[in-house]
Amino acid sequence: MLNRLNYRVVIFIFAIIFGVVFSIPSLTQSERGKKITLGLDLQGGLHMLLGVKTDEAIKSRIKSIAGTVKYLLDDNDIVTDDLRIEGDRISFKILDEDDLPKVRELLSKELEGASVEEAGESFIITLTPEEIKRTKTLAITQAVDTIRNRLDQFGLAEPTVAKQGTDKILVEVPGIKSAEDEQRIRELIARAAHLQMMAVDEDRAARVYTMSPAEAKKYGDVILPDVKDEKRKYLLKQIPILDGSMLTDAKVGFDRNNQPVINFKLNGEGATIFGDFSGKSVGKRMAIVLDDKVYSAPVIRERIGGGSGQISGNFTINEANDVAIALRSGALLAPVFVMEKRSVGPSLGADSIKASMFALVLGFVLVVAFMVLYYGLSGVVSDVALVANLFLILAVMSLFGATLTLPGMAGIVLTVGMAVDANVIINERIRELLREGVSVAKAVEEGYKNAFTAIWDANITTLISAVVLYAYGTGPIKGFALTMSIGILASMLTAILGTHGIYQMLLPKITKEKLNLWFGIKI
Amino acid sequence: MELFKYKEPVNFMGWSRNFGLLSLTLVLLSWGLIFFKGFEYGIDFAGGTLIQLKYEKKAPIERIRKDLAANKAFEGANVTYFGSDYEVVIRSKSSSKSVGKDIGDEVRSLLANTGKFDVRRVDMVGPKIGSELKEKGLMAMALAIMGILIYVSVRFEWRFALASVAALVHDVSIASGAIILFGVEVNLDILAAILTLLGYSLNDTIIVFDRIREGIRTIKDPELSKIIDESVTRTLSRTVLTSLTTFFVVLTLYLFGGEIIKGFSFTLLVGIIIGTYSSIFIASPLLIWLGFSVREYRNKEAQKLKRQKEKERLRAMYEQGTI
Repeated sequence: MLNRLNYRVVIFIFAIIFGVVFSIPSLTQSERGKKITLGLDLQGGLHMLLGVKTDEAIKSRIKSIAGTVKYLLDDNDIVTDDLRIEGDRISFKILDEDDLPKVRELLSKELEGASVEEAGESFIITLTPEEIKRTKTLAITQAVDTIRNRLDQFGLAEPTVAKQGTDKILVEVPGIKSAEDEQRIRELIARAAHLQMMAVDEDRAARVYTMSPAEAKKYGDVILPDVKDEKRKYLLKQIPILDGSMLTDAKVGFDRNNQPVINFKLNGEGATIFGDFSGKSVGKRMAIVLDDKVYSAPVIRERIGGGSGQISGNFTINEANDVAIALRSGALLAPVFVMEKRSVGPSLGADSIKASMFALVLGFVLVVAFMVLYYGLSGVVSDVALVANLFLILAVMSLFGATLTLPGMAGIVLTVGMAVDANVIINERIRELLREGVSVAKAVEEGYKNAFTAIWDANITTLISAVVLYAYGTGPIKGFALTMSIGILASMLTAILGTHGIYQMLLPKITKEKLNLWFGIKI
Repeated sequence: MELFKYKEPVNFMGWSRNFGLLSLTLVLLSWGLIFFKGFEYGIDFAGGTLIQLKYEKKAPIERIRKDLAANKAFEGANVTYFGSDYEVVIRSKSSSKSVGKDIGDEVRSLLANTGKFDVRRVDMVGPKIGSELKEKGLMAMALAIMGILIYVSVRFEWRFALASVAALVHDVSIASGAIILFGVEVNLDILAAILTLLGYSLNDTIIVFDRIREGIRTIKDPELSKIIDESVTRTLSRTVLTSLTTFFVVLTLYLFGGEIIKGFSFTLLVGIIIGTYSSIFIASPLLIWLGFSVREYRNKEAQKLKRQKEKERLRAMYEQGTI
């Protein structure tokens, strides 16, 4: 029999070996080797498509420029009046005309991406169009990096954070245990983590409870609530002394009462600004503001050097931990919002695997049994091809590290039904020829030849719709299209080439007397 | 085992008029359903929130409805059992943009007093994504049909292409009618099922057409309906066998594959039946109705053959140095 070994059988055997070898890591779930990852719908997890409010990034960019301007002017002892932010512009007036050249020089040297207009002693600073575009793009890429950073530090297994399209962020977190954990993770993702140190407007602080936000704005101030007690308000200078971008580290610690606090460190620039400010403002209060809530507003007793500080509030230890992570991985330049969210609990995922596996096995057994019953040994040959087909699907998916989703499972089940189609067509053609009385060898060769165009055309058209589905589908649907495409391609190799080779090899054994055993027909 | 043994052609085309009328009625009814009742879009296309809960005991559905009504966001929310008495699904038209505390978390706190439960699934689709998905879905369908039309035109003839696409429209229409009639919620998976059905039904049609194409070349009788009858009869065993294996496989998926893919497998079940029927009784007679002429096709083929022979002759002459 070995001397009848032909190239088709050799290719088929290689395909089987390839299929078995590369699907082993996935089947045994071993640590080594490439394997199929289970989709979030099967293993449980959180899938979110986030949008970014890029307009907010523009606002905070302006705010940060305003902070720089204020620092520059103060640092050079230039006296100004009315430094404030109005919508998307910063405006101020200088009191001494002699300072004009100096201000011009400072602004042109130190400000990037901003255009400066002058009108007498007034200056108006706006962002250039390029800067606006750059800020928006940056806000998205920065959000991707920041969220990824946070999830990594949280210690989750293999989260995915990626930019999708031009303005969306895809977040996928597998293996979440409970709804409470999921909420915690979402809150960590969404936390702006915008740390600011702001001076209390001591001149007007007494009037804070009677002042409207609009009035506060007129003075270049802003009213912010206390974190513990929403009714308690602070009147703060709108332009912060410094913000979280100058932070180098944040860690959870404990204060004297053994309450969790967050200790943070500033970089060199931040430490200098902080030192200078505290030196100038002894006796005044400085508020530590996180995400627009005041955590504390201690009175400055002396110049604070070293650039370290503390945030204390009524944190739980988990919260303190999450805030520290968020601060370390940086603030979100712009807030994110949910466009699409899908979360599956681990128990549902396990149930889905169980149910679809059962359907797959049952469907498989049905088809395999039917083929043997109806076609005899040629049914067995088709079944061998079908098994090889399944291994090939698993192997190819493993090699690509593809994701197996619930619709993907459905795709495999469907492939089982459709892959035998090729063998049904071939077997029917062979039977037809045998009934006409041609020799077995000729019936096999002609049968394959006659069946080929039909199988080819049918598979190609199915492939066309699978490819379109893959290109236009999202998430789970892609998984379905993928398994079906691989299944169709693999079936060409196994069901057509492989079985043909087997018949060619076994031909001497198939005699006219044994046609019932081999092809299930009596002539 | 042999269930179908070819003896003589079955007179399929003799019945084609009746089946054509039946199909026409079904298609018109389905269109009526589509236009007057419309699809029941799920959250994938309409936007909104779907929350699946599993209780440790029997789910207290009345209590759940009452407690949910306490919050305005759940006005008009629909609560139904899902698969068993222990599981419920809450569908709401609203969705929240907040990443931190969202609708799912709200449900957890609203229903805290209804018994012990596990939040098994929370799906939320914003309105923008919903319409985007719908656009993409229709686009996918149009592209798939276009691709198929082109492929079949090239491989067969334009009437074959038109007939197969008409059969597809027939199948998709009736499947859609069934979806509406049985109240299946239309989500992305249903779209995938319909696209699969496109592929499957076409698969069937092409195999029959392939045989007809072969029959045109080999069968002596120049009458198209006779050729079709013989070709269809010869592929009958294959058509029935494959449809049966696929049908049973999808049936196991429908019965045992879990509640989540029920809609998907239902659509496919309907699709397999319609697709098989249409390839025999709709796509094939359409060739006759579209005025396909055997003589013309044979002439064209013969001319093609002649041209090729002429070319070969010229080449041979060229190679021999005669020209």
